Amino acid sequence: MSETNPINKIPSVMEKSASGYYQRWRLIKDSLARYGVIAGGIGVIIAVVLIFFYLLYVVFPLFLSATAESVSQYNVPESALGKTVLLEIEEQNEVAARFTDTGQIIFFAVATGKTILNEAIKIPEGTQIVSFSQGSPINEGAVIYGLSDGRAVIVKHQYKITYPNNVRLITPSLKYPLGEQPLVIDESGAALEKIAVKIGDDASTIVAKSAGKIRLSHFEKEKSLFADEASITRTDSVLDYSAADVTDILIDKDEHNLYLLGNGGRLGVFDISDKSAPVLIQELNIVEAEHKITSVAFLNGDLSLMIGDSSGLVSQWSKVRDKLNRFAMQKIRVFKVSDKAVISINPEQRRKGFMTLDASGILGIYHSTSEREMIKERVSNSRPEAAAISPRANALLVQSDDDKINFWKVDNEHPEVSLGSLWREVWYESYPKPDYIWQSSSANSDFEPKYSLTPLVFGTLKAAFYAMLVAMPLALMGAIYTAYFMTSRMRQIVKPAIELMGALPTVVLGFLAGLWLAPFIEEYLAGLFALLMIVPLAVMLFAYAWQYLPATIQQNIPDGWEAAILIPVILLGGWFAFAVSVPLESFLFHGTLRDWFKTELGIGYDQRNALVVGIAMGFAVIPTIFSIAEDAIFSVPKHLTVGSLALGATPWQTMMEVVLLTASPGIFSAVMIGLGRAVGETMIVLMATGNTPVMDISVFQGLRTLAANIAVEMPESEVDSTHYRVLFLAALVLFMFTFVFNTLAEIIRQRLREKYSSL
Amino acid sequence: MMKSWFKSGAPWIWLNAAAVSASLIMIVGVLGLVTVRGAGHFWPSQVTRFSYQEEGKQPQIIIGEKVDTSITPAAMAKSTGFKMADDEDTLVQFLIKTGNRDVTGADFRWLQERNVKEQSDPADMMVVERREWGNFYGQLIEVKESGKTIATGEQAWPVLQTKIKDALAVFKEIAHLEKKEIGAINYGLERLRLKQKKLELENRLDDAAKRQIAAEKAGYEDQYKQYQTQLAGLYQKLRLDSLVARTESGSTVEIPLAKVVRAFQPNAMSLFDKIAHYGTKLVEFLGDDPREANTEGGIFPAIFGTVMMVMIMSVIVTPFGVIAAVYLREYAKQGFTTRLIRVAVNNLAGVPSVVYGVFGLGFFVYILGGNIDQLFFPESAPAPVYGTPGLLWASITLALLTLPVVIVSTEEGLARIPSSIREGSLALGATKLETLWLTVLPMASPAMMTGLILAVARAAGEVAPLMLVGVVKLAPTLPLDGNFPFLHLDRKFMHLGFHIYDVGFQSPNVEAARPLVYATALLLVLVIVVLNLAAIVIRNNLREKYRALEG
Repeated sequence: MSETNPINKIPSVMEKSASGYYQRWRLIKDSLARYGVIAGGIGVIIAVVLIFFYLLYVVFPLFLSATAESVSQYNVPESALGKTVLLEIEEQNEVAARFTDTGQIIFFAVATGKTILNEAIKIPEGTQIVSFSQGSPINEGAVIYGLSDGRAVIVKHQYKITYPNNVRLITPSLKYPLGEQPLVIDESGAALEKIAVKIGDDASTIVAKSAGKIRLSHFEKEKSLFADEASITRTDSVLDYSAADVTDILIDKDEHNLYLLGNGGRLGVFDISDKSAPVLIQELNIVEAEHKITSVAFLNGDLSLMIGDSSGLVSQWSKVRDKLNRFAMQKIRVFKVSDKAVISINPEQRRKGFMTLDASGILGIYHSTSEREMIKERVSNSRPEAAAISPRANALLVQSDDDKINFWKVDNEHPEVSLGSLWREVWYESYPKPDYIWQSSSANSDFEPKYSLTPLVFGTLKAAFYAMLVAMPLALMGAIYTAYFMTSRMRQIVKPAIELMGALPTVVLGFLAGLWLAPFIEEYLAGLFALLMIVPLAVMLFAYAWQYLPATIQQNIPDGWEAAILIPVILLGGWFAFAVSVPLESFLFHGTLRDWFKTELGIGYDQRNALVVGIAMGFAVIPTIFSIAEDAIFSVPKHLTVGSLALGATPWQTMMEVVLLTASPGIFSAVMIGLGRAVGETMIVLMATGNTPVMDISVFQGLRTLAANIAVEMPESEVDSTHYRVLFLAALVLFMFTFVFNTLAEIIRQRLREKYSSL
Repeated sequence: MMKSWFKSGAPWIWLNAAAVSASLIMIVGVLGLVTVRGAGHFWPSQVTRFSYQEEGKQPQIIIGEKVDTSITPAAMAKSTGFKMADDEDTLVQFLIKTGNRDVTGADFRWLQERNVKEQSDPADMMVVERREWGNFYGQLIEVKESGKTIATGEQAWPVLQTKIKDALAVFKEIAHLEKKEIGAINYGLERLRLKQKKLELENRLDDAAKRQIAAEKAGYEDQYKQYQTQLAGLYQKLRLDSLVARTESGSTVEIPLAKVVRAFQPNAMSLFDKIAHYGTKLVEFLGDDPREANTEGGIFPAIFGTVMMVMIMSVIVTPFGVIAAVYLREYAKQGFTTRLIRVAVNNLAGVPSVVYGVFGLGFFVYILGGNIDQLFFPESAPAPVYGTPGLLWASITLALLTLPVVIVSTEEGLARIPSSIREGSLALGATKLETLWLTVLPMASPAMMTGLILAVARAAGEVAPLMLVGVVKLAPTLPLDGNFPFLHLDRKFMHLGFHIYDVGFQSPNVEAARPLVYATALLLVLVIVVLNLAAIVIRNNLREKYRALEG
């Protein structure tokens, strides 16, 4: 309009007048206001775009791949003191430890390689270290040395953090948790060729191979109630297993399972819950015949074994319950890591990720649940000797056999999520088969988060479907009647009344649905189904009878008041339906309909289920659909209907053939907007369903929607964590969903408006 | 006959009419349900004394209010595990609110009608509303002062009432001292601490400043000590009196009057008494703080929080909404841009409210709030000031959410103003801004008002986004108080809608809290219905007016 504005041409006249300054000020104000208003108008678009891009901005890092950069390289500290058997980094990435095959532990600065502390473990004279193993990185870094005389030493390395002069200082130290005196594992004094240990708070288990036998020793601290001193009970046993080719021994963190790996790919699984009588529960081959096991490690949580073989494959094996409820090792997934042998696997300590190194010096970081390859990078030109990943998985050390240590920083924030883990079935640890699961958090730290949005989207669509099933017929039929058949006096009351229905707070509807409707339906389930048959029948009967009523009554009530007359009829029909509900149930189903569904059809019944949500949310959606559809029907140009009626069509024919056809785009957009509302509704589903993220189409089962999930979990999620970003992704999905529906509906309505005005 | 009837289409018209009737019944039903349950909450119900004997057990006396009756047919009762005689058709059960949670451990119990040997409503049944453990039901025996009996029998009741009145007065004084005066001291001390830290951060903490802070601190502490002695005296006075009552099982219970909110004998009340009781309960509900984990007492902080939030939201949403509408109607050339804006407005209206919550939490709270904290409140780190959900962010989030309501309504109003009025103003030499400001906008003001009212109604009922950006189940302080700067935009607040969700679904004793939730729901529905009706009336008047103008 601004071009046609005549005022723009006035200034030349105005400036000559006496109050020229004032006039100029007026014009300045005018154009300032114009820019302000334009900015305000465009601001609305900016708001929508801002919401979209902000959500995207938060979600985006989920799908970035990780990066690693080399920080420094230095010579192996104190390389004269022996070959490295283990590298470790502490939490802050400042101090690392190098364990040698001679029993030396060298603590050095991670960034420079400068030695901080050098300690040798105490071993009896005349013995040598023949075997070594790491307890568990989470268990405060316990390691065990197997000696040549059948004894073993357990050492923990610890880091103390102090802040002298407000500067962080990390002091490493050694500790002997089971005493400095070596523990006798093999009484005969044979060398402990292989050894493994698990140290718990109250119990520790050592398993060692010596003289062709596998020996298990278990130490349990028993605290008596009154004494401070704890006494230690020891249990020993020898496993009935041919140990000749055993190369690796692994004990899980509960000390209930023992895994023995043989050179040829043989895996023996023992149940060692009873430490005095271990039971072999399974024995199987886990690599193909021509390949060999080259590395093995537990994934965080000790529920899965990661097995690397000479062909460059890493396979994840986990205990899975079979149909007979027995546990058996099963291959869950395989990663193709390299063409060369996988020589080391280092699990992350707080996530289900792991780091691999192959014989040619290529490093890979993977995440098991999401099956993502985060990083693949050459870290050394020769065969690596040892590697370590820091507890926070943000740094790593690699020692190559040219006696250099490489220090790398890793940025790998969100490996848990991939498109596959969000939308497809995932085989989670200790689940019998791949499944869609949403379970975002748990109390313990080695929990495998399950971020499958599929059950939530399913729940959202299920709730919306049942709501639309309730709302669509009522709203559209109501709109047809109100716009076309109802007298204008009644319409003036009915329209605001139904729009008022839309203004009711959803929290009140949800509250009524959860605390009043749900128990009511549970009690009168049969009545609800009876209602669906009885009420339409009653209406039809009444309508049929109506035409036979005396003419005086019919004339007193003109056309267009049918809806008012029907209110008592429907009330009566409804009352009758619920009154017969209970007798009907005991007569037809011998008890309750719920029990009948359960016993005869095997359909369980939740009190707060999709039916309740459907009714409550249907109630909330009716006004949305009604109002828009009614507008569309009402504004169909009158000359169309009048023409049709003049040609002899009945009002109903005119309605169906002319009005509905013309208004159909408007009705379609009404349904779209209603669907958008049903999809995004939060409080009703939050309160009227059990919020169980199950994938069950049954109308009597609960569900969890995207929106309710956000409302429940958002306040508790840590900012910028994977969980937080996945919830933003859920919000983004909702946003896009409604964006598509609303934009479509709005475009259709704009077209329709143009069409009407041209008619 | 039937066939031609079907052919005429009449049955389908009737069926469509039935859909309208059903919708009307649903809305009236919902409003009626909320009204009956909510308004009934404050009416004192009869306290009944049941002689109850279960099969093979000793007879017992049970005192309580009958809350609910359930009738189960024999077959169904049998399947749920009740023993039914052959001649019994139905199992009738009463839900009795027995109170006395401190004695029996439960508030409610089910009684089977067949086991009730006798029931009566004796006039001397007393209900004591307490600050802890819910209601007490029983008979008054005596009133004590410092352990000595001062009234028994007939005289006990009037004495008890005056004593309760005295105790309440003392209690009020204590509450005032603790909340207002000592609250102000705590607030002052906290401000001093922040001031000191701020000076420290800016390296301006010299000896003079230190001395001044120490002096102020000492002043506060002196004041605090004074209040402390005053409080101790009041508490001593409050603890003197108690009442002794007999419970249903015959044991006696002594209840200190400090714990009593009110005592009444519903069975002895006249209709007038009951109306008066209803009035006081209603006033308590609207004007008092909640008690017992929100399940008893009033909802004043929730009302206050809702009103504050809505007011701040209105201040933000009105100018933006009106400007956008003015742009769409008065400035923009109808075409691609306006279409785009209309699509955007519709999307803003259609985006699920919880998405606004997510956006508000991430963008307003963490990004804007976090930066404000870094820039202006470095002294309170690591505790966030604006970098945490609070009143301001909740208001802004809801302003964004209700923006389309204001835009659509204002635009409709602008569209109805005849163009002759604008042209007349322009022809007289007014600039476009002057035309807008002096003629168009004043005429459209009722439309803006309508939009604002609808926005307020929408905001008052919205809960999902607020759960993320600032609402809490119990806020220790109101966002507006007597401590500088009086309006605390960073505070968390309570909200009626969230109160319904929280008390109805998260409270430990849902059954006991339910009547209160119904009452809260009634209040909320009432507010929203009134607001909407007002909007409708204004809009209709406006239409009439313009029709006259055009004519």
